[in-house]
Amino acid sequence: MKLKWAYLAILTGIAGLLAGCEPLLVLNPKGPQAETTANVIWLSIITMSFIVVVVLVMLTVILFKYRASKQDPDYEPPHIEGNKYVEGIIVTIPILIVAFLSVVSTISTHQVESPPEGYSEDEPVVIYASSSNWKWHFSYPEQDIETVNYVFIPTNQNVEFRLYSHGTISSFWIPQLAGQKYAMADMTNYMNVVAEEPGEYMGRNSNFNGEGFAENEFTVTALPPSEFDSWVEDIHNTADPLTEEKFEELLEPGHLGQMTFTGTHLDFKPAPEGENSPHNHGGSPDSEEDGGHHHH
Amino acid sequence: MDFFDRFTIPPHDDPMLYASIVAIGLVSIAIVFGVTYFKKWGYLWSEWLTTVDHKRIGIMYIISALLMLFRGGADAVMMRLQTAVPDNSFLDAQHYNEVFTTHGVVMIFFMAMAFIIGMMNFVVPLQIGARDVAFPRLNALSFWLYFAGAMLFNLSFVIGGSPDAGWTNYYPLAGTDFSEHVGVNYYNWALQISGIGTLMTGINFIATIMKMRAPGMTLMKMPMFTWSALITNLIIVFAFPVLTIALLMGTLDRQFFTNFFTTGDGGMDMMWANLFWIWGHPEVYILILPAFGIYSQIIATFSQRNLYGYKSMVASMVIISLLSFMVWVHHFFTMGQGAVANSIFSITTMAIAVPTGIKIFNWLLTMWKGKIRFTTPMMYSVAFIPLFTIGGVTGVMLAIASADYQYHNTMFLVAHFHNVIIPGVVFAMIAGLIYYWPKMFGFLLNERIGKWAFWNIVIGFCLSFFPMYITGLNGQARRMYTYSEASGFGPLSMVSFFGALLLAIGFVLIVYNVYYSFRYAPRNVGDDPWNARSLEWATHNPVPEYNFAITPNVNSSEAFWDYKKNGHDLFKGGIKDIHMPNNSGWSIIFAGIFFVFAFCFIFHVWVGVIIAFAGIIGCLLYRSFEKDDGHHIHKEEIEETEKKFGGAK
Repeated sequence: MKLKWAYLAILTGIAGLLAGCEPLLVLNPKGPQAETTANVIWLSIITMSFIVVVVLVMLTVILFKYRASKQDPDYEPPHIEGNKYVEGIIVTIPILIVAFLSVVSTISTHQVESPPEGYSEDEPVVIYASSSNWKWHFSYPEQDIETVNYVFIPTNQNVEFRLYSHGTISSFWIPQLAGQKYAMADMTNYMNVVAEEPGEYMGRNSNFNGEGFAENEFTVTALPPSEFDSWVEDIHNTADPLTEEKFEELLEPGHLGQMTFTGTHLDFKPAPEGENSPHNHGGSPDSEEDGGHHHH
Repeated sequence: MDFFDRFTIPPHDDPMLYASIVAIGLVSIAIVFGVTYFKKWGYLWSEWLTTVDHKRIGIMYIISALLMLFRGGADAVMMRLQTAVPDNSFLDAQHYNEVFTTHGVVMIFFMAMAFIIGMMNFVVPLQIGARDVAFPRLNALSFWLYFAGAMLFNLSFVIGGSPDAGWTNYYPLAGTDFSEHVGVNYYNWALQISGIGTLMTGINFIATIMKMRAPGMTLMKMPMFTWSALITNLIIVFAFPVLTIALLMGTLDRQFFTNFFTTGDGGMDMMWANLFWIWGHPEVYILILPAFGIYSQIIATFSQRNLYGYKSMVASMVIISLLSFMVWVHHFFTMGQGAVANSIFSITTMAIAVPTGIKIFNWLLTMWKGKIRFTTPMMYSVAFIPLFTIGGVTGVMLAIASADYQYHNTMFLVAHFHNVIIPGVVFAMIAGLIYYWPKMFGFLLNERIGKWAFWNIVIGFCLSFFPMYITGLNGQARRMYTYSEASGFGPLSMVSFFGALLLAIGFVLIVYNVYYSFRYAPRNVGDDPWNARSLEWATHNPVPEYNFAITPNVNSSEAFWDYKKNGHDLFKGGIKDIHMPNNSGWSIIFAGIFFVFAFCFIFHVWVGVIIAFAGIIGCLLYRSFEKDDGHHIHKEEIEETEKKFGGAK
């Protein structure tokens, strides 16, 4: 029993330690998508704590009340088959909780899969984020520039990341802005991200992809739109153009640090979407989106 | 020398690796020397290696599972040690990748699966009053195939190199483009061989439970563990063929240049993930349902009450088994199948919480109005309830697709699945082992050492895994061999490492307990040391070869309790000759040839493959024409054995 208390003390200690720390990344959102998930996470933590508490209280009461050492040695526990009312309750309450969370899940999943509310009208800023072992290549077709291992985005604008991979499956994740999605070789995925606060955020590949996985990170910098535009202009004035030869070099496995180019690799090596999708078996242009994606 | 180059390990300038190779070599020599010195080869061969007795096969499964627990556990401690402090260089990235891959594969396939199948082997025939399983020879083959697979997998460590693409082995990472060395070939073949064994176990146990129950034991009068075993084996039979085919496709991709999972030429890497989890999610329930069965037996016994809600317990397992095939997509909500598909799989996943919740409440209600005795097996069961509930509710949290985009691939997920597998499966197997120990060996394990082990394991578990929920929410991806100090993962990772040490101490204490109790425990524990309820306790400890001298006559799921308390006439009629199957070396030889076949296949040694294949065909032909009618244990012999135990039952 002493150990049990020691253990409780340690747990309380850890909880106290945490309370004094910085807020956890996922629960410290800087954009509407991450905010939706953070709210859902809090809601589910609260709902689930209720269940854990009910089970703990029932268990504690039963263990104290019905332990053998406390009972009459002659006590013979009764034979109880079950009771349809009791069993009705233990079925109904979990069903209600699950039904509630199913609604939450469906609504919030649709929310984070579409452009956030208030931003759906605007034309999104399109950035292709493609991974190779163990780097991220960011191509801006509109701005005609490409960066490696870092990405600048304008604040308060919907950025549509188009994700794919030059090899292994990786997962594109910026915890403070939005949940992750896979970047794969044979299908382009879409992700809407809005940063509502300027700042620098951690982004990484979260899906194990070999030896260089741990360092497979990138930084996301959110800037006010005017600063974003002058950053683009700067690159056009200073950076070298990205050639096919150079890009093939970049794809070699390894770590590169941050790099900047004018032009994008999409011109000579397009993303696996539409007519370039490896699993596109013809058909009308309307149905060109692979895997039944509807995408505006 | 080109031929031999393939067997070398990819370069590691790691003295630890060589130290382990030497250690493995020395232990092997010590075992061979020991067995020879004590002149035990004959005994080992005739009593164990050739046995078809379900009890001995069960014990061999459990011993193998414990060995694998220590192998996988050593990997776990190495991982926690490497990540205990930021920027640690105890292991390099490649070595760390091999370690966590091995940890996952060993723990799931060679530890947990072997433990549950071992437990089913030992307990199920006794619980249904049978003399053995339906196909005893096939059962021995299942074990030896599993064992061959496990040994093959462990060999990768010293010959050729370990797999390094994670236990989920996602393509294209696992393909030859990104994982050139033979590691993944080992993965494919080791799992293929032991998987065939598991599939045969599935068929064997379905036949056993459906056809060999004692008279009077209708389906709804089976003890709960047998019910869980029946449903588990049904899941095995439906799920394992998917793995078999997926592994075969992977093998063809890697060794014959096909393009099932490649990124070019029409291959689709997403297909592996789908096939893997179509097997993989039911696999989760293959592991947990027998654990539920064990808890049902233990909680009823030590609450000294019948199991509450027997029918809803059965119904919930049936529902779980059906739902288990409808949720696989939740392992990759982030693959981009869109909100509609994700919402559907999110709901089916959460639905599993309902039947699981019913079981939790039924166990609580079994203790209600009971007379609870805190023996070691019961303490594991009591700790299981809240810890598994936490694991379950975090599972519901992960099932919410939008939130999963944040949990996926993080330490939060790692915390969750260890939170269900350790208190769920591992606690159940340890509890079951302690509970059935007297049935296996005729003495009890020491309760005091057992409780010390228990507290170390429970506290160690909490300290190891609860911090991971927090670092996961703080953005720590899983499978990173190191992290920076700025990330802030350091202090909690250190707590995890400390917890891993406590867990390790707990498991060492269990082994010490076996040694201590073997030396000092009294041997006069009788046939019913726990005041138990179900049929397996109606025979002697340790169980004689033929299980029951007289086939029992059953009237309820708690036949032994009715016999003790309500005067039920369990054994009618007298002792007769008993027909038993013969031992045979065929199974171990067959599995050995399979081992050679797979080993040669892994290294493209085609001559060996062809010779071994001929051997496999030869074994099958031999078995097809072999005449083996078994033998009889005669009435007088049985009467004598029973007299030694103090009277027939």
